[in-house]
Amino acid sequence: MADAARAIEAVWRIESARLVAGLARMVQDVGLAEDLAQDALVAALEKWPADGVPDNPGAWLMATAKNRAIDRMRREANFQSKQEEIARETGALFAMERSDFEAAADEEIGDDLLALIFTCCHPLLSREARVALTLRLLGGLTTPEIARAFLASEATIAQRLVRAKKTLREARVPFEAPRGSELDERLPSVLEVVYLVFNEGYAASAGEDWVRRDLCEEALRLGRILAGLAPREPEVHGLVALLEIQASRLNARHGANGKPILLLDQNRGRWDPLLIVRGRRALERAEELPGPLGPYGLQAAIAACHAGAIRAEETDWVKIAALYDALSQIQPSPVVELNRAVAVGMAFGPEAGLALIEEIKDEQALANNHLLPSVRGDLLEKAGRQSEAAAEFKRAARLTENERERELLLKRAEQTAP
Amino acid sequence: MRFMMFMYPGIEEQDWNPTAEDVAAMSRYNEELRKAGMLLSLDGLRPPSDGGVVSFSDGKATITDGPFAEAKEVVGGYWLIQARSKEEALEWASRCPGENCRIEVRQVFEMEDFSQDVQDAVEENFGG
Repeated sequence: MADAARAIEAVWRIESARLVAGLARMVQDVGLAEDLAQDALVAALEKWPADGVPDNPGAWLMATAKNRAIDRMRREANFQSKQEEIARETGALFAMERSDFEAAADEEIGDDLLALIFTCCHPLLSREARVALTLRLLGGLTTPEIARAFLASEATIAQRLVRAKKTLREARVPFEAPRGSELDERLPSVLEVVYLVFNEGYAASAGEDWVRRDLCEEALRLGRILAGLAPREPEVHGLVALLEIQASRLNARHGANGKPILLLDQNRGRWDPLLIVRGRRALERAEELPGPLGPYGLQAAIAACHAGAIRAEETDWVKIAALYDALSQIQPSPVVELNRAVAVGMAFGPEAGLALIEEIKDEQALANNHLLPSVRGDLLEKAGRQSEAAAEFKRAARLTENERERELLLKRAEQTAP
Repeated sequence: MRFMMFMYPGIEEQDWNPTAEDVAAMSRYNEELRKAGMLLSLDGLRPPSDGGVVSFSDGKATITDGPFAEAKEVVGGYWLIQARSKEEALEWASRCPGENCRIEVRQVFEMEDFSQDVQDAVEENFGG
């Protein structure tokens, strides 16, 4: 019985996004579509353990959901007299009489999935709501799973989901993927959601929770699906490339006691060559499409440079500095500038890096960030300006919230003090 | 999690060349896996006679050419997929357009599956 439930859950994970997407196209409401899909799941949980999983479980779930939709409408309204009104209201009955899920072409299913992704990531919704709704409807994650992943209470996530669906319903957001220039405008909000999901998994320290690695894998899965649905969008491939290459380092980012290991100190033998190859291939796809690389593509190219160096000393810093330069032109930010300063310092000497730091040292966004003094201290030390370096390391130690990092910075301050 | 799906086609060496029809069906399946974002890599393998076997006995390696004793019990190809559970991997395997064959689904070891001393051994021998 428990086995049967797990098998049904697996089918659900595979089918739920397509099911919700197909239903949402009919009823033009993702909230209602999800309820209908859930009804079908409940029916499957009743039937399949005894009858076995049907040959085409996706079609079974869709047919069941459609029947439940009609039942629901009969119950909720006086069906006979209000039929026309309801049909006008939701477009549902009319659509359901005509549509046949089994006959749906691959292309149609793809369009529905793309529409679902764009609807879940609609700019009307807050970032948190977009992330939760995407994991729920595209990833098929349960509310408790999302809550665990984001260290939030189930009630918070449940409420977030309810509000998001209500917002979409009230705004009568049409269930469709944007085209042309509107697509370009809305794509970043979709890519951001995938990136946020990945980072939520990536930023946490190792061993904290198995869910973390799952989140990275889920983000990769969403990114790859999106790349299949929107193959002409270079930034989608750029994002996938970035995620694949970053994920290749998952096993190398933490030491035995969970201590984080910086990129240049990582054991490169632990980087996953398969994911690096996949990342490179995705980057090539982004590069082959017309136009220059976007922010994700450039970050992926930087990641690929690191991945290509067998030893840290072999890193092509000149190329990385040039890529950061390009990145700072299309997406300027103090953090990008800081990274550019590191790369320039490695490529052209500490003084060149310090000159860049000089330009951003008063940035408000970095005022309380320990990275600025820490990077500056490093460059000063390399430039032989020991006492200035020590002062910067001390400043960085005061600013960091991470105990291990503070120890490290204080140690460096001690070592550099004349 | 990652799973390796090994395909045992259950055919003799002389029947190794798949038909266009077989390939088309399999390509559709592979495409489904790819579109679901789960496919990491896959390969179809040439017949056993194009390879060979290295067997070890008391630490001594011996190379033998194919064909193998049990021609029907050899791997014909594999998929490496990312899945969220064993059940999901098994469900995907059962959607393969197979006639008379067998797919063995095996979970891949992750680094954290190993004890600390095993992890340390990997660390030392991979070199920094």
